[in-house]
Amino acid sequence: MTSASLASRPRGSTLAALSTCGLVLALGALIAAALLARPATEARRESGRALARELGLTDPALFGEARYTRHPSQADLASAFQDAPTGLDHFPAGSLVAAPRGFGTGHIGGGEE
Amino acid sequence: MGARFERQRHLLDFAVASLARRPAKNLGLTLVYALVVFLLGSVMLFGSAIRREAGVMLADAPEIVAQSMVMGRHDLATGADLEALKGLRGIRRVEPRLWGYLWDSAGAANYTVMVPSPSDAAHALASGEAIVGEGVARARKLAVGKPFFLVSPAGKFLRTRIKAILPQASALVSSDLVLVAEADFRSFFAIPADRYTDFAIEVANPREVSTIAEKASVRLPTYRFVTRADMHRTLEALFSWREGLALALLAASLLAFVILAFDKASGLSAEERREIGILKAIGWETSDVIRMKLWEGTAISGTAFLAGLLAAWVHVFFFSAGLFEPVLKGWSTLWPRFPLSPEVDALEIATLALLTVVPYTAAVVVPIWKTAVTDPDAVMR
Repeated sequence: MTSASLASRPRGSTLAALSTCGLVLALGALIAAALLARPATEARRESGRALARELGLTDPALFGEARYTRHPSQADLASAFQDAPTGLDHFPAGSLVAAPRGFGTGHIGGGEE
Repeated sequence: MGARFERQRHLLDFAVASLARRPAKNLGLTLVYALVVFLLGSVMLFGSAIRREAGVMLADAPEIVAQSMVMGRHDLATGADLEALKGLRGIRRVEPRLWGYLWDSAGAANYTVMVPSPSDAAHALASGEAIVGEGVARARKLAVGKPFFLVSPAGKFLRTRIKAILPQASALVSSDLVLVAEADFRSFFAIPADRYTDFAIEVANPREVSTIAEKASVRLPTYRFVTRADMHRTLEALFSWREGLALALLAASLLAFVILAFDKASGLSAEERREIGILKAIGWETSDVIRMKLWEGTAISGTAFLAGLLAAWVHVFFFSAGLFEPVLKGWSTLWPRFPLSPEVDALEIATLALLTVVPYTAAVVVPIWKTAVTDPDAVMR
């Protein structure tokens, strides 16, 4: 390798700095885009919030296969076994949705901080 | 300052050249590392985004929901109990609600059929009209003005016309909703006139919610009272559980990666050991060797972390976490199509860095230090 070609090759540290800068800039651009889109995001969330308020919705509509996965906060206590006392959970979502926590006695007060 | 900077820069030059001498090995390691960051980052970004989204949308859920219980199961609430609650001091309004589930064999999905509140002018419905969520419209290929038929478990037929489709912006909470008029709901499910699914209670002073619920439970001991705080706690538990479960599963892959990194560093190749020996023989200090190797590690972990985070961000916010969809959906046929919006959380990014960069650094530094302090002659032999 000639000294001229060595001199024209960028240094390793320059390459490392350039690639880091490229990645940071790309990430920065994504973050900036998220910040710029914030008013639209807020407006979208507000419309969902208004709908939930008007209809009195209590839970996200993610898993519709059973009562206790569609409305975990409204389901019976120990509802995973509601269809049979020792019945195993039927639905895949059952392994993803936790049992409600902090309901205490089932009446208010027990679970309150 | 300038000399110290130049010294570090030369060390970095040397580290990059050293990495470039073993391109396949280091590129492979960086890719695996970036993949680990990508998986962990996707779970964290998705979990926090969906939790925030649902938290904001359900922030104004009913203050208290009262459910009648019979033999430990949810039962219909009565008009007499409604009057009993209305007379309680501190309660501003009791809204009797009508809602239930319907398995629709045509759409192969469960719908949440609901009657909008009479005070909700935006969703007021006449008999024979229906408003459906985005998921229902998608499953049944519905459009405004089109007819929509439902068949009750008793075989009763309900014929409606679509008045509106709920906006996709609210799909996270409304995807499976079917809103119908009260008269249609009662005749469809054969619910008598003074029976309701439950009551939504609005209290005069929000700080008295638990006191009011306590008083109401004395008046109606067979009822169960679910407060907004309970609902939010359930929501939090639901998403934390899911995120925790996924992270626990991924912890195994993180551990495997740490073992890989440790193995790679502790079993330094003969070439690498000779390189360290030569550097020491020509006058490099132990600290210089460690610094140079640290630069190597920083180059790998920095690149992998940034690339992994970038890919996770694009995966979650541009492709709606498509890789997780089959796991998340389960048997849910009306999985809502909702956009997730990123919220920049420095703590989250710092946690991800802590979970990935620290184990890697810890795994590589010790073996390098052990080699670097050994006598050059012994290392080169």
